[in-house]
Amino acid sequence: MINFLLLILIYTGLYALLALGQNIITGFTGLLSLCAAGFFAIGSYTTAILTVNYGWSFWFTIPLAGVLAALAGALIGLPTLRLKGDYLAIATLGFGEIIRNVILNWDSLTRGPMGINGIPMPTIFGMVINPYRKWGYLTLVWIFVIVFYFLLKRLTRSRMGRALEAIKEDEIAAYSMGINTTKYKVWAFMVGAFVAGCAGSLQAGFTLSVTPNTYTFMVSVMVLCMVVLGGMGNHLAVILGALIIQLAAEFPRLLGLSSTVPPQFKQIVFGLILVIMMIYRPQGIVGRKKVNYDKFVGNETRRVAKKSEVN
Amino acid sequence: MGSISEVFQHLLNGLTLGGIYALIALGYTMVYGILKFINFAHGEILMVGAYVGMFAFDFLRGDMPYGPLMLVVFFIAMIIAMIISAVLGMAIEKIAYKPLRKATRLAPLLSAIGVSFILSNLAAYIWGTKSRKFDYPFDNTAYNIGGVAITPHQILILVVSMILMIGLKLYIDKTRMGKAMRATSLDQDVAALMGIDVNKVISLTFAIGSGLAATAGILVALDFKVYPTMGAMAGLKAFVAAVVGGIGNITGAMVGGILLGLLETFGVAVLGIPQGLKDTIAFGILIIILLVKPEGLLGKAEREKV
Repeated sequence: MINFLLLILIYTGLYALLALGQNIITGFTGLLSLCAAGFFAIGSYTTAILTVNYGWSFWFTIPLAGVLAALAGALIGLPTLRLKGDYLAIATLGFGEIIRNVILNWDSLTRGPMGINGIPMPTIFGMVINPYRKWGYLTLVWIFVIVFYFLLKRLTRSRMGRALEAIKEDEIAAYSMGINTTKYKVWAFMVGAFVAGCAGSLQAGFTLSVTPNTYTFMVSVMVLCMVVLGGMGNHLAVILGALIIQLAAEFPRLLGLSSTVPPQFKQIVFGLILVIMMIYRPQGIVGRKKVNYDKFVGNETRRVAKKSEVN
Repeated sequence: MGSISEVFQHLLNGLTLGGIYALIALGYTMVYGILKFINFAHGEILMVGAYVGMFAFDFLRGDMPYGPLMLVVFFIAMIIAMIISAVLGMAIEKIAYKPLRKATRLAPLLSAIGVSFILSNLAAYIWGTKSRKFDYPFDNTAYNIGGVAITPHQILILVVSMILMIGLKLYIDKTRMGKAMRATSLDQDVAALMGIDVNKVISLTFAIGSGLAATAGILVALDFKVYPTMGAMAGLKAFVAAVVGGIGNITGAMVGGILLGLLETFGVAVLGIPQGLKDTIAFGILIIILLVKPEGLLGKAEREKV
């Protein structure tokens, strides 16, 4: 039982990373991307191929996985950044499918549908982090979640973060204020993909084998669900979203009801979550704390206004 | 490249595939033309249509032998499937999309993804994940015409899709209701001011699109069986077809569908693209089209106004 709970928490961590990445793209910049699974897959396969075939250390593959996923993010971002919401969604969906198709068919590198087995367990200072004894890995994954949480929080408070939000609110207005919308949209994709790539790498180190069937469209939708449910544009909220979705998905097994609850149940729940949230609470459970610009700008303008009144 | 008859064979295969894509693409394009959003659940409506058609056909025919009567039964089953799918399409619009008409662009899209998940998994729950055979309503032995093999199924696809497409084109271009649809897609508010019942037009759009999807579903199912996820890939590729032709443009959807069918067939047969990467062709084309001519082959470029 405790083992199963730990397993859920590890997966929650992995998905929280994916959701944090998706949140940059969808939550902050307002671009509906549907290829989280693709970036995730690139991360996993990078780690799998480099550790198994080339004997790399697990730790070095993590940043490389992130970078490769980010490059893929740029690759999808560059041609599609001219597209608006719906087109972009489909293009990214297609891109995710292309990634999975390439993995499935590139036998010499990815061993096709067989997948890659025998990824060595990660070690640190001579100690093996054994994924079967879950505590170590749980700590590892959540350290990553916390680090990325703070990094992304800094990022979204920066000039770039404000630019992304401006693009989300009104792209034309942002453009006319001198924001290089193209550049920032590609950056958003790259950052989001980087985080997802790292998550993929961690996943490969945990399951010790990768198969293309793990990275279906379903994963992308689940990640999207987490972001929507938690609250777009709020880092903490999407982590909460990841936890809720994971619990919702696994609760039949948690309660020992897996024999009575049909396997389709959880997908139906995801679908319902998306529809109901959109109709009744599009801002998510937590919603987003908006910076109160009025606090900075408002007083100033009021003072100026008063002054001019006096004159 | 092989002999001339081989080229004709690929042409025929491409055309039949394209005819089906075109039927599905019409649903996407009509909804997009009016509501400006992608009905992600369209592929799932196709799947439900195929199931309904299969059940109706199996129920009605009993152990009837092949013959003209069986074809009649088949078309009755097809019409039943079209009606039920049309009702389903309208119901989905009322429940999941209508409350979101004034919301942000992202909202109906996410809601549609949700609906598509609900439908495909409900189908898997109710009817099981196993694929079921949809029997041909005729003896499907190929005729050989000058070295080109053509099956009765291919003839059926060509005839049915032609009739439906021409019928739709006439309906949109010549009737009062078609005019109302065109007006609504140009400007919803002004159309409403002119006395057009916009809600009715939207419902009708969903009904027609879903009916066409059901037909396409049945035509696909004859060759590839019926299963809960059958709509996903067919829907996606048909969407690509709609974008290639110019989304929102009815003729564009037909052209795009047929073009995509031909490109896929010739891509595999002539360029030697492996069968496993066939789906990649469609998405590759999509990304190229979006790059070079985002408004599609027949679409009009739209300037975004502030």
